[in-house]
Amino acid sequence: MEKPLTKYITPGSPPPDLKEYSRIGGYASAHKALKEMSPAEITSLVKASNLLGRGGAGFPTGLKWSFVPMGENSPKPKYLICNADEMEPGTFKDRYLMEGNPHQLIEGMIISSYAIQAEKAYIFIRWAYKKAEKELRKALAEAYAAGYLGKNILGSGFDLDIYIHSSAGRYICGEETALFNSLEGKRAIPRTKPPFAAISGLFGKPTIVNNVETLVWIPHIIERGAEWFKNLSMTGAGGTKLYGVSGRVKNPGLWELPLGTTLREVIEEHAGGMLDGYKFRGVIPGGISTDFMLEKHMDVNMDFSNVGAVGSRLGTGTMIILDDKTCPVAFIHNIEKFFALESCGWCTPCREGLAWVEKLLASIEEGTGKMEYLDILKFHTKYLCFGNTFCAHAPGAAEPLQSGLEYFHDDFVQHINGKKCPWRS
Amino acid sequence: MSLEIMIVKIRIDGKYYETKLGKNLLEACLELGLNIPHFCYHPALGSVGACRLCAVKRFKDADDKKGHIIMSCMEPVTEGMIISIEDADASAIRAAVIEGVMTNHPHDCPVCDEGGECHLQDMTVMAGHNYRRFDFKKRTYKDQDLGSFINHEMNRCIQCYRCMRFYRDYVGGKDLNAFAAHNYVYFGRHENGALESEFSGNLVEVCPTGVFTDKTLKKHFTRKWDLSNAPSVCVHCSVGCNTIVSERYDSLRRIMSRYNGAVNGYFICDRGRFGYEFVNDEKRIRNPKIRINKNEKQEEVSENNLILTSLTESFSKDKKIIGIGSPRASLESNYSLLSLVGQENFYHGISKREYNLTKTALDFLRSSSVKTPSLKQIEKADVVFILGEDITNTAPMTALAVRQAVRNKPKAAATEKGIPLWNEYPIRNYTQDSKSPVFIATAIKDRLDDIAEKTFRGSNADIAGLGIAVGSLLNDEASTLKLSSNDQQELAEKIALSLKNAKHPLIITGVNCGDEEILHAALNISIALRKNNPEAMLSIALPECNSMGLAMLPGKPLDEAISIASNEIIDTLVILENDLYRRTTKESVDVLFEKSKQVIVLDHLINKTSQDVDIVIPVSTFAESEGTLINNEGRAQRYYKAINNKDEVKESWRWIGDLIKLRNNDQSIPWNNFDELVSSLVNELPAFSKLKEYMPDADFRMYNAKIPRQSLRYSGRTAMNANIAVSEQKVAEDNDSPLAFSMEGQGEQPPSSLVPFYWTPGWNSVQASNNYLDELNGSLKGGDPGIRLVESNGENKSSYFKIDSHTVDLQKNELLIVPAYSIFGSEELSSAGEAIKQRIPEPFVYLCEKDADIFEFKDNDMITIEIAKSKIELKVIIENSLKQGVAVVSVNLPGMPFIDLPASGIFSKM
Repeated sequence: MEKPLTKYITPGSPPPDLKEYSRIGGYASAHKALKEMSPAEITSLVKASNLLGRGGAGFPTGLKWSFVPMGENSPKPKYLICNADEMEPGTFKDRYLMEGNPHQLIEGMIISSYAIQAEKAYIFIRWAYKKAEKELRKALAEAYAAGYLGKNILGSGFDLDIYIHSSAGRYICGEETALFNSLEGKRAIPRTKPPFAAISGLFGKPTIVNNVETLVWIPHIIERGAEWFKNLSMTGAGGTKLYGVSGRVKNPGLWELPLGTTLREVIEEHAGGMLDGYKFRGVIPGGISTDFMLEKHMDVNMDFSNVGAVGSRLGTGTMIILDDKTCPVAFIHNIEKFFALESCGWCTPCREGLAWVEKLLASIEEGTGKMEYLDILKFHTKYLCFGNTFCAHAPGAAEPLQSGLEYFHDDFVQHINGKKCPWRS
Repeated sequence: MSLEIMIVKIRIDGKYYETKLGKNLLEACLELGLNIPHFCYHPALGSVGACRLCAVKRFKDADDKKGHIIMSCMEPVTEGMIISIEDADASAIRAAVIEGVMTNHPHDCPVCDEGGECHLQDMTVMAGHNYRRFDFKKRTYKDQDLGSFINHEMNRCIQCYRCMRFYRDYVGGKDLNAFAAHNYVYFGRHENGALESEFSGNLVEVCPTGVFTDKTLKKHFTRKWDLSNAPSVCVHCSVGCNTIVSERYDSLRRIMSRYNGAVNGYFICDRGRFGYEFVNDEKRIRNPKIRINKNEKQEEVSENNLILTSLTESFSKDKKIIGIGSPRASLESNYSLLSLVGQENFYHGISKREYNLTKTALDFLRSSSVKTPSLKQIEKADVVFILGEDITNTAPMTALAVRQAVRNKPKAAATEKGIPLWNEYPIRNYTQDSKSPVFIATAIKDRLDDIAEKTFRGSNADIAGLGIAVGSLLNDEASTLKLSSNDQQELAEKIALSLKNAKHPLIITGVNCGDEEILHAALNISIALRKNNPEAMLSIALPECNSMGLAMLPGKPLDEAISIASNEIIDTLVILENDLYRRTTKESVDVLFEKSKQVIVLDHLINKTSQDVDIVIPVSTFAESEGTLINNEGRAQRYYKAINNKDEVKESWRWIGDLIKLRNNDQSIPWNNFDELVSSLVNELPAFSKLKEYMPDADFRMYNAKIPRQSLRYSGRTAMNANIAVSEQKVAEDNDSPLAFSMEGQGEQPPSSLVPFYWTPGWNSVQASNNYLDELNGSLKGGDPGIRLVESNGENKSSYFKIDSHTVDLQKNELLIVPAYSIFGSEELSSAGEAIKQRIPEPFVYLCEKDADIFEFKDNDMITIEIAKSKIELKVIIENSLKQGVAVVSVNLPGMPFIDLPASGIFSKM
């Protein structure tokens, strides 16, 4: 089983430096792309590979790039932004990739920037990722010194500067347009779309935002081709995926597996199954803004479309497991508290709705809830849908809430009728 | 192709309507009279999609039965679009949004100043939310002290972000922002303190609920429904913003903006809003005063007739009477004085410098074909060059219009990209800091510098020099003048090129800077521009609300009255609403008073002049009288009384009518009412002939009734004076206007110039004004009020001014001094109010560090400056934007003597 992304990552050891990275074939793709390929060729190759964005939404990367205006008269500068603001609870895959092999990301960014002819690129990194930032800075300095960044890279005439920006530490900064505002020094609130980022993004210029796990694929696709990439996955969606599991399993962790590996394989084989004495009740499959999956979903192939088909989303592919000794109401309350606090406060449904949801859940968990609270919660799962809200924040928050209310209805009722949380002594 | 004129048909709840392409759906529906609740959208601020209240349902086509929810403010209208406002899903979302904001909004309507005119109340009713399901504690905030104008009560906030968008994006303020996040977003300053923007008072109207309310109103609070209102015009500068003035129990309670699409749009400045308190001043002159001889104190006389009787002799035909008019008195009052004394004895009560400059401005506006823009037209300018005038302090709303003009370039770029003009943030994000060029040449840093492409600092001669250079570059006939400094020459070339390439170039200057060279240079630029561009515009800020009206009347400058007084004895000197100590030196006024056997002042405020004369006659303020003011573009606008005169107070023109009767020794008063006065004025002076056509006479009726000043909900009419007399008082009559001191009348919208308040079914807040417009941001139904009396004549026959630059030789310890105006303090009437007083700076002088070092002055030192033999004491403020050799001195602040600036002055330590 191939593990192109993590092959050279050894937790606990320093990441490969430029010398080591080059020795194992690093920057060969950059040479190939910048010297032998046109930007259009790269974009069509990535399109052909069907690389789907690994930030959670699964949007085709090549298609996204193709929206960028190209040619002599296109606006300047254009920007590439690596979204490394990994604030999704339970998610730590980008951290692993950045700490473990920073040059892989830089190479991916060089080729991607070249493909859209961006002169400036940013790594918008989560504030708390100090180690990743340190490794990236070190790697950037090496890359500059070796002529992979700066003016006229590898004699191609292409210029690129990469800057690292430490995020202000708010969840919403990971939303691509709020990220622009944040990077421009404004309040991190999402922007109106259209115009889309590829037309008017950072500083009003064409901008592409890709996730870390997306960008690190680019050198490999350049090197091995689209067909190779497609064949890596179980289901034809293309590539491998970093799956993570946290919760009461024997072996919590992160594994690079073919995209479309079943939930059962991830949890039972790689995470080692539930800890003794704990039973599986459900799982939030990809960061907390996804719907619960249950025991009955164990054989679902974990790719974007198959998870979608059972009413959830693959998201980031890093799962949080709910066991039978954890109160689902408290579990969901914790999730919604996070969302309520991380609401940027721009639109009313999200700002006021999530705060209310959080209070209702807290009240139910504390044993002071009323039956009609369930109706109000249910109402919010409909009301906080995309279109009613300004961005996807509250709709994301509504996902675990609505499936949680459905799947764990009896637990909610038990709290209300018993006027206490059954899990508390 | 102009998008604006394309008509599209849309289907709303089964009915077809027509609207214009380029609008958003919310805008279109509001204009069609279809109520869609909304918070964050404001016509002047555009759409941002934050509040999610304006949800409606859109259907793909006639077969689509399910539809999808859209925010109407963010949806461009398109041909054939099918939408539903009444749809159950859309209604439920709107109710849910209100329910959401109501989870935290306090139930304090009964003690909230916004109650009864609250947009949130209106929207709550309109959206249909009523039952409270939220069981938890409400969020609370700490409020801030925002100064003497605005009260802050954050608990009421519904986070619509309008305040922040208005304050930061629209007026360019820096000291109000959104802080924190989630459901704890806070709108305020970084710390307690007065809001710095000159336009902060508009927050009162922009805020949809009671977070920002009028602190001056709070002192004598009255509900909107209990106010008796009148359409008015601001008397605090030459721009002529339209206002609504409101009364209860004979006191003026507040001033709000009155929409005028051509002039002030939705907003007014803080001097205009909060400067009214002088009307209620305890020191108002309410009874005539008289002193028998010059050494005695003035004594109040309780009966008017006594005064008139005592004047019989001195007003006989053989006596020489001279009259001194005023730029802060109405056209009609000035005209009545002119009629009393005759043209040869009528003097404009302003300094020679101001007289000459204003006359130059008027003559130019009349004779040239350069456009004099309204504020609306200023907002359309694509290149602006400001010479010498600090418009933020002398004509604040002009500055605000320039702030909107800089958005023309980014808006054009956005339009090219297909971004609709109402789509606020995409335009700002796409165009970032791009601005239409504004060039500012002033002595000292300017409040508009933040929007300027280039600024220039220098002496008046330098500014005029730059202007002359720009003019000569634009004038094909003139020989090119080269500035000695390369930088300055480059700047002149840049400005000239920008102006030349502009579609709507605008030159702004003013009389307040007091410099003829600068004015001439500015006029020359406009002439040169006009030769090749008929759209070229020129705006000249004038000193006072009726400077233009006064200039249009025949008369001589005040200085000539003083010269006459030095040579001959004047029997009676009549001064109309004017403090002469603000117009000329004390010595000159003393001469004038000494040589006049009798001095009569008609005024409403105690000031140095009214304290020092033989007879004081109590007259009405703008709030108690009708009158016409002519603004700096030559637009005549009428104000109406909100308060009926009481005590012995009468309008100046009415008093003067009595004096004319005395003078003519006959029984008839020349005019019995305001309309007769205006007829007389129009007959005598053809320049004003249009006045009659435009302003409805007092006999105007709607459905046989006058226009009520009070709303139908006016309460306590029969009981409000019950503590004085149990019988209901007779409603005061008003024979001077079509308005009545009554709540009776038809509820229909009066003609646009006579709207006393905005109130339409379902819309109790100021937002009701939108229902009086033909289009949002457009004109009032029936046209915007006001009529231009000074118009360019189409032909470009003005000839260039010959400018003689004269250099001043400075003596030792001497510096050039130019005037600094303060929005709060430099205007006489507003400065008498408590709220404004708190914002008036101490008299100051700005000096650059180098000059200060030479004199060994430090910041905050009190120093003495001798200008034309008179000495003033001022506080030093070091300001390094000044060129060495130039000082800037505050003028017209309370307590300061008259100083005729610009001039040179000798500086010394105290």
